[in-house]
Amino acid sequence: MSVENPVERYLRTDRMPHIWCPGCGIGTTVNCFTRAIDESGIPMDRLAVVSGIGCTGRVAGYMHVDSFHTTHGRAIPFATGLKLAAPDVKVVVYSGDGDLFAIGGNHFIHAARRNLDMTVICVNNLTYGMTGGQLTPTTPEEAIASTMPYGNFEHPFNLPYLAESCGAVYVARWTTYHVTQIKKSMKEALLKKGFSFIEIISPCPTLYGRRNRIGDSLDEMKTYKTRSQIKNGADTKSVDLGMGGPIVVGKFVDRERITYQDAMEAFYTRKLGDRYARASH
Amino acid sequence: MAQTQIRIGGFGGQGVILSGIIIGRAAAIHGGLHATLIQSFGPEARGSSSSAELIVADEPILYPYVKDLDMLVVLSQDAYARFTPALKKGGLLVTEADLVHLTPPVPAAEHFVVPATRLAEEIGRKIVLNIITVGFFGAVSRLVSAEALEQAVKESVPSGTLDLNLRAFRKGYEAGVEALAKAKV
Amino acid sequence: MHADPAGVLTGAHFLDGDHAACEGALAAECRFVAGYPITPSTEVVERIAQRFPQVGGVFIQMEDELASSIAIAGAVWGGKRAMTVTSGPGFSLMMEHLGFAVMTETPCVFINVQRGGPSTGLPTLPAQADMMQARWGSHGDYEIIAVSPNSPQECFDLTLKAFNLAEQYRVPALVMMDECVGHMMERVVIPKPEEIEIYPRRFTTAPLDEYLPFAPEQNMVPTMVRAGQGYRFHMTGLTHNEKGYPDMTVSGQARLLTRLTDKIKKNATALTDVVADQVDGAEAVVISYGITSRVAMKAIQMVRAQGRRIGSLRLRTVWPFPEHVIRDLASNVRALVVPELNLGQIVREVERLGCGARVVGVPHAGGTVHDPAVIAQAITEALR
Repeated sequence: MSVENPVERYLRTDRMPHIWCPGCGIGTTVNCFTRAIDESGIPMDRLAVVSGIGCTGRVAGYMHVDSFHTTHGRAIPFATGLKLAAPDVKVVVYSGDGDLFAIGGNHFIHAARRNLDMTVICVNNLTYGMTGGQLTPTTPEEAIASTMPYGNFEHPFNLPYLAESCGAVYVARWTTYHVTQIKKSMKEALLKKGFSFIEIISPCPTLYGRRNRIGDSLDEMKTYKTRSQIKNGADTKSVDLGMGGPIVVGKFVDRERITYQDAMEAFYTRKLGDRYARASH
Repeated sequence: MAQTQIRIGGFGGQGVILSGIIIGRAAAIHGGLHATLIQSFGPEARGSSSSAELIVADEPILYPYVKDLDMLVVLSQDAYARFTPALKKGGLLVTEADLVHLTPPVPAAEHFVVPATRLAEEIGRKIVLNIITVGFFGAVSRLVSAEALEQAVKESVPSGTLDLNLRAFRKGYEAGVEALAKAKV
Repeated sequence: MHADPAGVLTGAHFLDGDHAACEGALAAECRFVAGYPITPSTEVVERIAQRFPQVGGVFIQMEDELASSIAIAGAVWGGKRAMTVTSGPGFSLMMEHLGFAVMTETPCVFINVQRGGPSTGLPTLPAQADMMQARWGSHGDYEIIAVSPNSPQECFDLTLKAFNLAEQYRVPALVMMDECVGHMMERVVIPKPEEIEIYPRRFTTAPLDEYLPFAPEQNMVPTMVRAGQGYRFHMTGLTHNEKGYPDMTVSGQARLLTRLTDKIKKNATALTDVVADQVDGAEAVVISYGITSRVAMKAIQMVRAQGRRIGSLRLRTVWPFPEHVIRDLASNVRALVVPELNLGQIVREVERLGCGARVVGVPHAGGTVHDPAVIAQAITEALR
């Protein structure tokens, strides 16, 4: 008798094996994501996953839902159009740190500001994996990258702080060590109305871990375990990431704000009254 | 008639472009004519100056810009200085009584002075200066009928200001008819 | 299918080309627009912003043109007819998503109200210098459709047409306006909704598990879906197979690119939209498009008045280039004269097809239109 893997129905099994390296954390996050969808009760037919370009950008292609593999950095504006056109669909942007915060940074801040009703999941492996380990806006100071061969002297983004300041209504950070918490946060984010953001610190043993003497993925997990400090509700200003020191994780923000679409509809109803024609979908 | 090329010039805020639009709309929508209007966006449109180029014709208009100026309406000294040299010999010139001093003197042209500022003050709203000018120009140019112009005014101004603007238009038109009669004497 | 009356402003109006293009989009049932302000195209989105809340449309002013040009793709896959509007510098930023729309067969409309370039150039003055960028500006091999209106009326007509062609062929369709037609006001007649033909999106009727989102059907064009219908489809800007899955093979690339280009190339005759005037028996024919076609006609009239037989061929659709029409013409005339508001773009296409006829470009760096006398002189000299 064969037992179905509970995760499998959410994946395009006809696309396996995936492209991710052994020890990569992206698959772990996808595993959590499938379980979160399952628990959220959101029908698969009403879920769309949008990715940009990069290793995490391949997530859309492996999810057995309506899935869009867009251009580098532009998953969020694509998702914006999709959500505004099809509000009945839950839209999730799933991409990496370089895609979302370097080339796509401008779109992230504006989508958060507008409080577009979408969930953004960032797998933050602190580097560009697909192109060979270059510096991203989240690479910690001192870390070695192929384009920072002597170590990074740029100051990185603190993503939860950025997300909160721009207006996200839900902000959480975990590492791939925290699978239970990731799943729980993903479920909460999926069910949260408005712009929700989850950062998942994830190993890239091939291009980041080895270069920075962290060791293999298992060593990285041990690091996450020892360095992580769970501080739900922590002040996001205080959750900067360095090469060493604590990795503050937890659910930092969970608040209410009117979404872009609700604001638009309420506003036009007030201003135009009967002349306002709501978009049909 | 073939083609009449018109320029209306003044400064920003006077509603110069709107007056061009009203005449163009009157010709193209209610006058059975063709009309092409272009707002000047070129370097000459910098600062506070504003001008519209309007061509009215009884056949489709090909070249869209004014090249041979048949009629000129100026509501500012600057526009007077800039555009009168281009006015065709014997062309129609309309200048605003209080805003334009005729220095250097008017070139050889059929010249009318519209007391738009004074008439607008009589109505009590300076803002209708442009609509008064449209009425006046309509009467002295005889390019489009008063009915067509009035209809175009109705379609071009905010509904709350309709009465005011219609009064302004008629006042300007009457002043134009008067000026025309005087000129013929 | 006829137009939804909600978006159709039936009647005779005195409109500029930008506003007329907006009305064309509304009549075409465009209900999603993403844009970023840029002169001289801004009036299009300003009118959209004014009109959309009253016709069930969604307008969003995005943070830049990159965002605008892909937000429309998202909206299309969410089921809407969508467009974005820009001018030179913004058009440059949109190039990646022009290619994305080609690759993912996303039907959408890009309006470019051309101004003088390169770079910031002449923001408030006309040019036709993005014609080759429209054709070749995104990387890789591709085909698109581009129309070129010469009046506010045609801004309405051809924007409407662009939407229909985009749907029919599942390609981005480009409305290549220019500052002059964009800001010029003329009479624009908008027909009744029942007189406006809408080419509806062809949605699949396949069973949920049998649908192949990129399998060619009618005219090599696949049928579409929208998110949330249960098809659980995938699309990607990567080279892909009929299922939409990445296919990184030489044969996969050849197969996909051949179909994406053939669906336009092999329908080029059907896509041809030219207006010919007195070309039979002409000594020379002037080939022009957009605002220049009006100025060229003025020049043609001047030369005809001297007793010369001069024809006019006006391209309402510029891409795909009407090669067969030009070839036929070239073998019957002594000269082909190509005035355009750039330093020589479409003239290259004509030279390529010239077949022995003398091909003379009449370049202009932009900022205004040609002096008709200059074109007239070029025609006369071409016949010398």
